[in-house]
Amino acid sequence: MELFEFYRRDRWPHVFCPGCGNGTVMNCFYRAFSELNLPLDRTAFIGGIGCSSRIPLYINSDALHTTHGRAIAFATGLKLSKPELKIVIFTGDGDLGAIGGNHFINGCRRNLDMTVVCINNNIYGMTGGQASITTPHDFQSTTTPFGNKEYPFDLAEIAVAAGANYVARWTTRHVHELTKSMKTALQKKGFAFVEVVSQCPTNFGRRNKMADPTQMLEWFKESSVRRDKARLAAVDHVDLNLAGQITVGEFVDRNRECYEELIGVEKHG
Amino acid sequence: MTIAPGEYFVQGNEACVEGAVAAGVRFFAGYPITPSTEIAEGLSHRLKGADGVFLQMEDEIACISAVIGASWGGVKSMTATSGPGFSLMQEAIGYAAMSETPVVIVNVMRGGPSTGQPTRASQGDVMQTRYGSHGDYQVIAFAPASVQEMFDLTIESFNYAEKYRVPAFLLSDAEVGHMRGLLTVPDKIRIVNRKEKGLRRPDEAYDVPDDLVHPFPIFGKGHKTMITGMTHTDDSRIEPEDAKVHQQLIKRLSEKVLKNRKDINKWELTCPDSKTMIVSYGSSALGAKEVAASDERVGLLRLKSIWPLPEEPIYEVASKCDQILVCEMNLGMLYWSIKRVALEAGCKKVELLSKVGGEPPTPSEVRHKLRAMGAI
Repeated sequence: MELFEFYRRDRWPHVFCPGCGNGTVMNCFYRAFSELNLPLDRTAFIGGIGCSSRIPLYINSDALHTTHGRAIAFATGLKLSKPELKIVIFTGDGDLGAIGGNHFINGCRRNLDMTVVCINNNIYGMTGGQASITTPHDFQSTTTPFGNKEYPFDLAEIAVAAGANYVARWTTRHVHELTKSMKTALQKKGFAFVEVVSQCPTNFGRRNKMADPTQMLEWFKESSVRRDKARLAAVDHVDLNLAGQITVGEFVDRNRECYEELIGVEKHG
Repeated sequence: MTIAPGEYFVQGNEACVEGAVAAGVRFFAGYPITPSTEIAEGLSHRLKGADGVFLQMEDEIACISAVIGASWGGVKSMTATSGPGFSLMQEAIGYAAMSETPVVIVNVMRGGPSTGQPTRASQGDVMQTRYGSHGDYQVIAFAPASVQEMFDLTIESFNYAEKYRVPAFLLSDAEVGHMRGLLTVPDKIRIVNRKEKGLRRPDEAYDVPDDLVHPFPIFGKGHKTMITGMTHTDDSRIEPEDAKVHQQLIKRLSEKVLKNRKDINKWELTCPDSKTMIVSYGSSALGAKEVAASDERVGLLRLKSIWPLPEEPIYEVASKCDQILVCEMNLGMLYWSIKRVALEAGCKKVELLSKVGGEPPTPSEVRHKLRAMGAI
């Protein structure tokens, strides 16, 4: 599939800032999707509100651009009413982890067959750079001018604890690993969650001495720790993240029965 | 599988369940809340046999979101709730209006604000139904006053939601929802399905022009549909900063309902030539109905649909009578809208019998008020 068979050329140029990580994620996702030869017309793309949630609107298929935080809830209804559709959600840290936290937890628990890509840029980018639930401790934002006193959420660990079938976290520096995880997620039956730690040079980097996107990518490279290595060193990965490190890797890969199998809805399609 | 034609003795909420199944509901998402819970419980049984999906979600926001999502999969979908849950749903109701998603929301009203009177009836959500979400939009709302109407008007809610691609409401209350009475299921039930994009059918939904209500593109059929709550053009291009696009969209969303008021509005008229007319709806019309049936000096206009406001029957009644009494279970909500129309029609005296606390106005309370007005 050509790039502009997958993306809508007539919606170009996109709204993302120069240096934004969304382009990298879109590129990786396009590669994963087209290499798997998945049918575009049988896939629905769903987003909430925010920069990353705009991605579905650029994809040349059915797209549902929903309310803030509720993408998983909307997708739950769509999937159960049309089980033959493949569901892919693009969301961000604020959309998924803050306002949509309840739907995220219960989506993982229900384990419906869908792929959720969360672009975690550690900030509310579209509204101009307010602290989010993943802004690292003591980092700057427009609403934490004296440094963020809160500690961040670990979205991937929440997904594991809540019951998702597949969970992985990478950064925009790990394009090959990310593409591979996206492929695994797209083929996974059940709730598959891929978190991508991404750069927002405009609203995060600029206020944290990393205005150049390459500085942020360097930061990702230096602070990323493979989850298996962290485990071997007997370091608690949650503590690791709180210390400003980013645990990356595949967190879980299992085959719990998914919800539509449990209620026998698949035959409807 | 629709309930067999015949007579049944059921609860109002159970009649709503059977109405929904008869209308063709295939998706229900709910969250337990008094006094609407029987609808969720009933559909958890009934949808299994109807090849539908029942889902208990984590909160009411998730319910309405899932219901909207299911509608884009092409199935008739519905949720049921009461005051606090209804308040939570408001943002997504605005989304349904903006994205023109047919959904049915049953609100078995209870006393508010806040937790209020969970087990008692009220009509406190009349304005929230119409104005609850931000921005300009129109909705369709029905107000049942009996077990039979819980069945009939649930079906109408689906029919009109499908026909006009709007959120449609069944504004019941704890009194009607928990009332037990006779339900007569007719042999033939009128069902309207949405006008699907790419299909041609000699369907009655076709009497609405395509430029007012666009054919509905179901997901997964290659339409490459783009649905958004942002200001968009007819071909789904996002134009949030284009004043003209916004004006055209918002006007169309309102006009598709308002221009078809005559098709949507339903009412019942008793003794229309009386000098004193009562205007009421839902369970607060029950006392007035008894009075109007026994006293020819008093007539009753009972509104079965309240949004869009049935201006024509109110105007006609008001232009012929001397005075109007509005009965409501709130401190005066629809009263002001009715008064506006009545004043326009030349009826100078419009009074309110307001009753809050959980019970509809009794016939003796209505008579007492009518005596004070000099009507009887």
